[in-house]
Amino acid sequence: MSSFSVTEPSQRSKWFAGTLVILYALITMVPLAWIMLTGFKTPPDSISYPPKVFFEPSLEGYVNLFTTRTRIGQEALDALPPPDTWYEEIVRERDMVIAGPSKFGERFLNSVIIGFGSTFLSIVLGTLAAYAFSRFKIPLADDLLFFILSTRMMPPIAVAIPIFLMYRQLGLSDTHLGMILLYTAVNISLAVWLLKGFIDEIPREYEEAALIDGYTRFQAFYKVVLPQAATGIASTAIFCLIFAWNEYAFAVLLTSGTAQTAPPFIPTIIGVGGLDWPAVAAGATIFLLPVMIFTVALRKHLLRGITFGAVRK
Amino acid sequence: MAEVVLKDVSKSFGSTVGVAGIDMTIPDGAFVVLLGPTGAGKTTTLRLISGLEKLDRGEVFIGGRRVNDETPAQRDVAMVFQQYSLYPHLSVRENLAFPLKSPILNTPAEEITRKVAEVARVLQITHKLDNKATELSGGEMQRVSIGRALVREPQVYLMDEPLSSLDAKLRTDLRIELKRIQASLGATILYVTHDQIEAMTMATHVGVLDQGKLVQFGTPRDIYENPNSVYVASRLGQPRINILPGDLFGTAPKGAHQIGLRPEHVTQGEGRAAQVGRVEHLGDHTRLHLRLDGHEIITLADPHADYQPGHEVDIAPRDPLCFDASGDRIY
Ligand SMILES: Nc1ncnc2c1ncn2[C@@H]1O[C@H](COP(=O)(O)OP(=O)(O)OP(=O)(O)O)[C@@H](O)[C@H]1O
Ligand SMILES: [Mg+2]
Repeated sequence: MSSFSVTEPSQRSKWFAGTLVILYALITMVPLAWIMLTGFKTPPDSISYPPKVFFEPSLEGYVNLFTTRTRIGQEALDALPPPDTWYEEIVRERDMVIAGPSKFGERFLNSVIIGFGSTFLSIVLGTLAAYAFSRFKIPLADDLLFFILSTRMMPPIAVAIPIFLMYRQLGLSDTHLGMILLYTAVNISLAVWLLKGFIDEIPREYEEAALIDGYTRFQAFYKVVLPQAATGIASTAIFCLIFAWNEYAFAVLLTSGTAQTAPPFIPTIIGVGGLDWPAVAAGATIFLLPVMIFTVALRKHLLRGITFGAVRK
Repeated sequence: MAEVVLKDVSKSFGSTVGVAGIDMTIPDGAFVVLLGPTGAGKTTTLRLISGLEKLDRGEVFIGGRRVNDETPAQRDVAMVFQQYSLYPHLSVRENLAFPLKSPILNTPAEEITRKVAEVARVLQITHKLDNKATELSGGEMQRVSIGRALVREPQVYLMDEPLSSLDAKLRTDLRIELKRIQASLGATILYVTHDQIEAMTMATHVGVLDQGKLVQFGTPRDIYENPNSVYVASRLGQPRINILPGDLFGTAPKGAHQIGLRPEHVTQGEGRAAQVGRVEHLGDHTRLHLRLDGHEIITLADPHADYQPGHEVDIAPRDPLCFDASGDRIY
C-alpha cells in the first residue's frame, strides 16, 4: 500500500485504539460477569476461597430469589410427599420447603412501571420544552434554562426531607405516580438541556419548508423535527432510564410496599436465612436486563449518526 | 394563480433594516425578478410574503386577500429557499411528495405518483428518486428543492436564487423550463437572482432593491434603458455600465455630474484617444478595456479592427445617461 490518506487512521493507531477499547471493556465487564456467574453458583460455591471460576451451575440463586422458604425438621421433611417440581427439589436439598413466592416479581414490575413511565414523561415534556426554548422567543429564556439546570446543582437527596413531608401530605408516598413524578422532576432538567442541544442543531429551514409546504407548526415538529432528533431522544432516554432505574435513596425513603422498586428490595434478600449471595446476584442480573435491552434496542439510533448535510450553509 | 400586492411592507431586525416601505404590485401571471446586492432585503421580502416573517408595518395581499394574519400554509405559496432544505430523513421521492401529502392538499396517491414523476422528469432527477436526500450533489439537491415547489400549483411561487449552484447547461435548461411553466400555467413568480441573463431573459418585470427600499420597478428593458439612478443602472447589464465624470468628453451635459455609458454606447473612431488595456475574447464577442484619464471604460470591440494593448483608440459617448451629484437620473 503506497497511498496515504489524511482522514483514514493509520494501522498503528487503529491497533492502539482497539487495544485500549478492549482493555477498558474488560475492566468494566469483569465485575458484571462475576455477578452473572455468581447467580448460577450454589451458596457454598459463592463464598468459597479461593473463588471458583469453574463450578457446577445451579439455579438455586434464582429459585431463592423468587421464593420464600421455611426450614423444617428432618421428620417433617421425610413425611412430605416427593417434590413435584425441579425448584421444590432444589429447596428440599437444603432442608427447606417453599412457603410462597417472594416479592421480587412485584418489585421488579414496579421498577419497570416507574422507570419507563418517568423516562417516557421526561422525554415527552423535555422534548416539547427543549423545542420551545430552541425555537421561540421566550422571555427570560436564559434565566429559565439556568434555573432548570440549577435543580441539578445539589444531590437530589439533599431535598429528601421536604419531599418526604410533601409527599406524605399529598398522599404520594409509596405510590407509582409519586415515584414517576419525582424521577421525572429530577430527569427533566437533564432532558431539556440535552435535547435543546440536539434540536438547536437541526436547522430551522426544515420546519420553515414544512410550514410553507402546508403543515402546521405542530405537524412540522412531528414530521420533520422529531425524526431528526431521534438520536438525541434515544440517548437522552437512556440517560433518564438509567437514573430512574438505579435510583436508591429516594426509593428507600419514599417506598416500602406497593410502589417499592427493585433496588431497595434486592439487599433485603440478604436477610433471608443468612447471606444468600447467589440470590442477590441473580436479582442484580435480572435487574440489569431491561436497561441492557433498552440500550441495545436504541443502539441503531445512537450509531446511525446525525443526518445533517442537506442544507446548504 | 394570483396577483400579489405589497403595501408599505416593512421589517427590521433590531436595528438592522430588512426591508423598508416596499410598495409593489406583482401582476397575476408575471415573472418578477428582484435584483439587489447582498443584504438588500430580497430574501426578507420573500419571507414576508410567505408568512415566515411577521410584518412590522404594511400589508400583503395575495389574490385580493389580505394575508397579514394568515399562516404560511393558509397563504398557499410555494418557496424555493436560498439555503435549500431537503428533509434529510426522507428520500427524494418523499421530499417531492411531502407538500402534496399536507393536510391542506391531501392529494390522492395516484396523483402524487404522477406529479412527482412529471416534476422529476422536468428537473432531470428521475434516476435519483429513491436516493436519500443526503446522498445528492449540491446541484441535485437544488433541483429537488425546486421540484418541491413545482409539484404544487400555489397562488405564487417564491424562488430565492434557485439556479445558483447548477452548471451552465442545466441552468439554461431550467431557465427555459421555468419560463415555459410560467407561460403555460400562467404562474405568478417572484424570483431572486444575481444572474443578469436570468433577469433579462425570464423577467416580465424587474424590481431593484437598495438597502431595503424598492428603488425602481419596471420591465427589464425599461430598467436597462431608463434606469432612474446610477445604482439601478449598475445593477443590470453585463459588463457593467461605465460611470464616468460628466466632463470627461469636454463640456458636461447641463447639470450632469456623472454620465453613464453602456458598453454599446461608446462610438469608436472619433472623440478622445483612449489606451487599450486588456482585450477579452469571449467567443461570440470581444470585450475591450480602455483607459482614459485614469478611468476604465469597457466597450465591445469592433470585429474588423485589430487591437493591441498600448494602442490608442478614439472614443466618443453616444446617448449617455446623465446623473446629478446624488446619483439620480436627470435625463
Ligand atoms: N433573521 C435575521 N436577523 C437579523 N438580521 C437579519 C435577519 N434576516 C435578515 N437580516 C438582515 O436584513 C438585511 C436583509 O437581508 P436579506 O436576507 O433579505 O438580504 P438578501 O437581499 O437576501 O441578501 P443575499 O443576496 O445575500 O441573499 C440584511 O442586513 C440582513 O443582515
Ligand atoms: Mg438572500
